[in-house]
Amino acid sequence: MHATREELDTQAEALLAQYADKILTPKERARIPLQEMPTQNPEIRVTNMQEVALGYTENQVRIEAMRCLQCKNKPCIAGCPVAIDIPAFIAKAAEGKFAESAEVIKQSSLLPAICGRVCPQESQCQLYCTVGKMYKDVDQSVSIGRIERFVADYAREHGLEKVPQVGEPSGKRVAVVGTGPASISAAADLRRNGHEVVMFEALHKAGGVLVYGIPEFRLPKKIVEHELNNLVSMGVEIRRNYLVGKTRTISDLMGKDGFHAVFVGSGAGLPKFMNIEGENYIGVFSANEYLTRSNLMKAYAVGEALTPLFDSHKVAVFGGGNVAMDAARTAKRLGAEEVTIVYRRTEVEMPARKEEVAHAKEEGVQFLYLHAPLKITANEKGRVNGVELIACELGEPDASGRRSPIEIPGSQKMYEYDTVIVAIGNDSNPLIKATTEGIEVNKRGNFIVNEETCETTLKGVYAGGDIVLGAATVILAMGQGRKAAKAMNTYLASL
Amino acid sequence: MNTILSKQRLSAEVFRMEIEAREIAEARKPGQFIILQMGGDFGERIPLTIADADPVKGSITLIFQAVGETTHRLALLEVGDSIENLLGPLGKPTDIKNYGKVVCVGGGIGVAPLFPIVQGMKRAGNEVKVIMGARNKDLLIMEEDMKATADEVIVVTDDGSYGRKALVTEPLKELCETYKPDCVVIIGPPIMMKFAALTTKPYGIHTIVSLNTIMIDGTGMCGGCRVTIGGKTKFVCVDGPEFDGHQVDWDNMLLRLGTYKSKEQEAHHRCHIGLHIKEGEA
Repeated sequence: MHATREELDTQAEALLAQYADKILTPKERARIPLQEMPTQNPEIRVTNMQEVALGYTENQVRIEAMRCLQCKNKPCIAGCPVAIDIPAFIAKAAEGKFAESAEVIKQSSLLPAICGRVCPQESQCQLYCTVGKMYKDVDQSVSIGRIERFVADYAREHGLEKVPQVGEPSGKRVAVVGTGPASISAAADLRRNGHEVVMFEALHKAGGVLVYGIPEFRLPKKIVEHELNNLVSMGVEIRRNYLVGKTRTISDLMGKDGFHAVFVGSGAGLPKFMNIEGENYIGVFSANEYLTRSNLMKAYAVGEALTPLFDSHKVAVFGGGNVAMDAARTAKRLGAEEVTIVYRRTEVEMPARKEEVAHAKEEGVQFLYLHAPLKITANEKGRVNGVELIACELGEPDASGRRSPIEIPGSQKMYEYDTVIVAIGNDSNPLIKATTEGIEVNKRGNFIVNEETCETTLKGVYAGGDIVLGAATVILAMGQGRKAAKAMNTYLASL
Repeated sequence: MNTILSKQRLSAEVFRMEIEAREIAEARKPGQFIILQMGGDFGERIPLTIADADPVKGSITLIFQAVGETTHRLALLEVGDSIENLLGPLGKPTDIKNYGKVVCVGGGIGVAPLFPIVQGMKRAGNEVKVIMGARNKDLLIMEEDMKATADEVIVVTDDGSYGRKALVTEPLKELCETYKPDCVVIIGPPIMMKFAALTTKPYGIHTIVSLNTIMIDGTGMCGGCRVTIGGKTKFVCVDGPEFDGHQVDWDNMLLRLGTYKSKEQEAHHRCHIGLHIKEGEA
């Protein structure tokens, strides 16, 4: 049964009347019921692109914040890639001091409204939460991400954010390649130190994966725009339609254009395919293409957008990460009658955020676990009409620690689909490596960097985010952007 | 930025525009293309080959046919207007070197991107013969430019309204027999490139084609432009646009170009209504 935001708020209000002004023991705190995230009704939201998770109410956020035990050893912080002082911001939220709470987060993370929405909290901070441990259930942990989102939204919507102070002009120029999360955080920290910062974006809109990849229903684009506007108001210049490596190379930027250092945050922009038969038939898309059409090119606005969408009825999505969920849920919204996530392992091994999987299920996305594609078939016009899948069983854990799928001989079977979306990950975009002498990459094409400084093998050139990590998360990218900026600030001061 | 410096109508549907784009002009080499986007949030991104560039002036020249909604909107822009979004140069440049004898084959609007390659091949010391074709006389473009550059120009039209009545494959086959070129470069409609590449194949002549597939970002990010080359998947935007014409899986490429056919026909219909209205004013 779907509870409305009003219903959830009424319950929270009653709880608040019960608990406010009381001194609670840790046991009492842990017994406060976990606050559910209000969402759009599944039946309605599959017909629109608006945000699914509506965010806590003030009553809810205060109740949820009261569940925090304020542990002395703060285990949650160790689970945060950027070490946000989680108990401190939650304490402020419990007191209703939301703007102050957001300020605590901003000391460590530039993009709380975004990370609160897209971080896989259940495998980071919330995994270590004592409340969750008490219940032996991570789903009972304090909803750190939801509180983070609330206070960040509150500060933004009430105009209570502090734009970071920009330092005295240093006389140094820095180029930032890409405008995704790694680049945004690097640019902010560099600008704070007084450097002139120019960001270069290849697409006609800035924001990187936050704009072309993550759908509106999971991350409203106005939030990304707001963060970029903050950079601009700090004096960062954003140049769109500029592909570093083609429009100009890194050596040009440093040699001819007077940039003293470069940060590369160009992401993992090269979709992987499976190299199976039939992969180039009509109706087979990389998740990048499918999502870019819908998100960046606004193809979901049929009749308004010029970029067309493929008419899908039965869709198979290969993969089990957030991108696979995004693609499947987008397909549902675009009118596909049947959408199935086909994953080689089981739900336990699926890397997607739990909340996304749950939302996908509520929206009617089907899951076919322990199956792998062998080939894609098409009709006489080259349009996809089916996929041959083989059943798998789980074997020994692989390098990633997840049990690897083993195909069961003779179990292959044909399934009927008219659309296939491949969401098995991305490799690093090879463009900068190919056009920059001195940059070294590993076997996967990821930039090799000094772990402490994020400096590449080329002096003055730093890198972070997916170009270094392979396809990872927004928060890790952001963390690397900050780490690189710190080292770059030291480097620039030494010049 | 991206201001239109000059505009000419070369034929009923074909336009030449010189656009201020300093960085692209400086970096661009023959064979490369740009992606442009206009019309706010809802506009599409389309690839167009760069026909010429003036690095001193800081301008590039685009020659395009108003066939889709975006090229049609572009055609309605005038000198002094600017193009919202222009990205480039993209793709790998043509492999221009001294092959010896080169035949360049252009069909329809494909003659435009062929021109800088003809220039480049000449500069590299080749003897260059050009075969250029169009459906009829009115659709023929850049004949004078070609004549001023190439060693010989053979003009054909489908209906015989100008030059020889033939498809480009006829003189191409003759040249393969008699002139025995060392390299053939073909740019034109996909079906023409397919048959022209089939024409040179029995002679084992190195054949370069320039593919113009459906694209979105143009940077290798989406894979919408992928084609099968010698059994392997390649991205036209970053691995191409030029490939060995004998290795291209033409049938797959032609099929993929039709992915959104029904929707494009709708859009084509819509935009032509506008073009006719505007034609009177032009």
